[in-house]
Amino acid sequence: MKVPDLAELAVRNLRESLLRNSLTTVGISVGVASLVAMLSLGIGLQQLASRRLVKSGLFDTIIVSSRREMRGMGREEERNGPIPGESRVLDEPARLEIEKMPNVAEAFPDIRFATEIRFEDKPHLTMISALPESARTNDAFDGMQGGFFSSDNAPEAILQKAFAEELLGKTPPLGAPEPNVAELARPLLGKELVMLYAQRAATPSQPSSGAPNLASEDFVGASYSVVSREQRLKIVGVSDLDPESMRGPTRAKVFLPLKLAETLHVMQQTDLREISRAASDQPVYSSISVRVKNPAQIQVVEDAIKKMGFTTFSIADASRGLRQFFGVLYAFLGIFGSLALMVASIGIVNTLVMAILERRREIGIMKAIGASDGDVKKLFFAEAGAMGILGGMLGVVLGWAIGQVINFGTNVYLKRQSLPPEHFWAVPWWLVGFAIGFAFVVSLVSGLYPAGRAAKLDPVQALRYE
Amino acid sequence: MTTAPAISTARGTTAIRSENVCRHYRMGENVIRAVDGVSLHVQSGDFVALLGSSGSGKSSMLNLIAGLDRPTSGTVIVQERDLAKLSREELAKYRLHVVGMVFQSFNLIPSMTVAENVELPLRFAEVDRSRRQSMAHEALERVGLKARLDHRPSELSGGEQQRVALARALINRPQLLLADEPTGNLDSHTGTEIMNILRDFNRELGMTVVMVTHERALAQRYAQRMIFLADGKLMDDRANDPQAVLGGHS
Repeated sequence: MKVPDLAELAVRNLRESLLRNSLTTVGISVGVASLVAMLSLGIGLQQLASRRLVKSGLFDTIIVSSRREMRGMGREEERNGPIPGESRVLDEPARLEIEKMPNVAEAFPDIRFATEIRFEDKPHLTMISALPESARTNDAFDGMQGGFFSSDNAPEAILQKAFAEELLGKTPPLGAPEPNVAELARPLLGKELVMLYAQRAATPSQPSSGAPNLASEDFVGASYSVVSREQRLKIVGVSDLDPESMRGPTRAKVFLPLKLAETLHVMQQTDLREISRAASDQPVYSSISVRVKNPAQIQVVEDAIKKMGFTTFSIADASRGLRQFFGVLYAFLGIFGSLALMVASIGIVNTLVMAILERRREIGIMKAIGASDGDVKKLFFAEAGAMGILGGMLGVVLGWAIGQVINFGTNVYLKRQSLPPEHFWAVPWWLVGFAIGFAFVVSLVSGLYPAGRAAKLDPVQALRYE
Repeated sequence: MTTAPAISTARGTTAIRSENVCRHYRMGENVIRAVDGVSLHVQSGDFVALLGSSGSGKSSMLNLIAGLDRPTSGTVIVQERDLAKLSREELAKYRLHVVGMVFQSFNLIPSMTVAENVELPLRFAEVDRSRRQSMAHEALERVGLKARLDHRPSELSGGEQQRVALARALINRPQLLLADEPTGNLDSHTGTEIMNILRDFNRELGMTVVMVTHERALAQRYAQRMIFLADGKLMDDRANDPQAVLGGHS
């Protein structure tokens, strides 16, 4: 039988038992709706995460570190390069060389150290990081209370919300709602912090002339000395978001202007390793942040830096991991979403088996006048497929509608929490096609048994059936 | 009447030959011998009546000739095809192209219109829609039902339904028309109308007609041969002159 004839007969037969077939189709559509809802949530969350990452400006940043930092780590990528101990040192000439590369906007050292901060005579241990002037436009400072540094060498500090909570003793217990950033900022903005730090001096006899607030004793090293110092900092901002979210456990909670941090000559971890160089005027960096002009060029720049003998990390690497994570998430959501469709497929089997019983005589007539087993089988397949396609289309619409309702409801909640609205529900065209196609295939598979059973009916027995 | 004649072999050649054909069913411990060693020959263009009481095996024999059932033993050869050796697919093609069937209970599909019922075999034969419609119109014209194309079977009388069934049996221009008690559900007047159409098919289109009936008078009026079955066995096979019964009035 030709396909148009099959389709016509299938639709006619489906119309004959309208209520039962409609209920079966609704069952399929609910299954497809759950599949669409689950997958569109996964896709929406991925898009939301990607949007956040793009807005954060991290997509155009490469973190460069020396292979010497990797000693003993045994990472696969490091095994292929020069021996870490003999590889190039990440110093000022290296930074300048990177900054001159095509497509590089800026390359600035990551000055990062753990130290003690005193606020109202109470000590707090935290990680401190320096920010360049370009960080002013970072998405993480959107909605910040106060403002960015007045200049690149101003003795000012921006606090991350969690540290502000700590300073005020308002760290919420696990699971409790977090205090509002505006409430935290109010008593802190304009107040002074005292940062205690270890300064690296070129020689024990020649302390850095620009170092303020010499505090106490000198530590004589092999070729340089370490001096304990204090720096007073004015709190100018409290940030709600975490600009260093990609840093993991080394992320800072207090931020200083980059130029100020450079002039402080704070003792870095690398200074102990590169002891001879640390004594010179040329600083050695544990890592450098490189901003490229165009995120599309990040891989080219990364490869060029690797050729210089350094190790690189960019969010492009993290986004690969993110894609992998969302791949697994899709699989899980898809499996859970498909469960309802599987249940609906049992409905198709039931409907078609009932149809065989009801239309037993009709099948006998068709066989008596020349229908082959294949014709009968195809007819039942067509009926199952028609229910699948129709159910699939209804399911996509239903899934989309569910998404809109949940999106709306969640945004109402976000608004009440004074948070910006988000669109975390996406039904791309490929998902529409996939859902309908999947419903069609599941329906055909469900039709396998009934169609086979109908095709094998003995025409003589079927014609006797009343 | 523009319906093309059935593709028929020359009159007088063997259309159906069965040799010692048996169809036994097992019902628990018992074996039902529906057809038990029947051998018969039907010539092309014959009008043959299979007669017998209920349970004599005449319908079972007709099902074997129609290719709806397979013999337990023996052979049924129709138009030089040994039906026992055909696959299920080949049997379906045989039923589609060689055989036309008419049943006592009409066996029309209630959800389809008259025209759709008639052209259903053409769908299985993958005939184009436009050609299908013109062929269905011709067949219905031949049985005098062209005006009822869009009616459902439930809107027709018994006689009209049987005429639709005849048009459906005719549509693929088969060589063999098998009728199982075609007048069994009709009054005598309507039955005569149906039988006249069957006789016309036989005479004008050269179709070989095998009719199962338990009405001896009916067989005598229309059939050229009468084959009597009882308990699955062939009891008698005799020639008949319908002209003599009708008094030369046909």
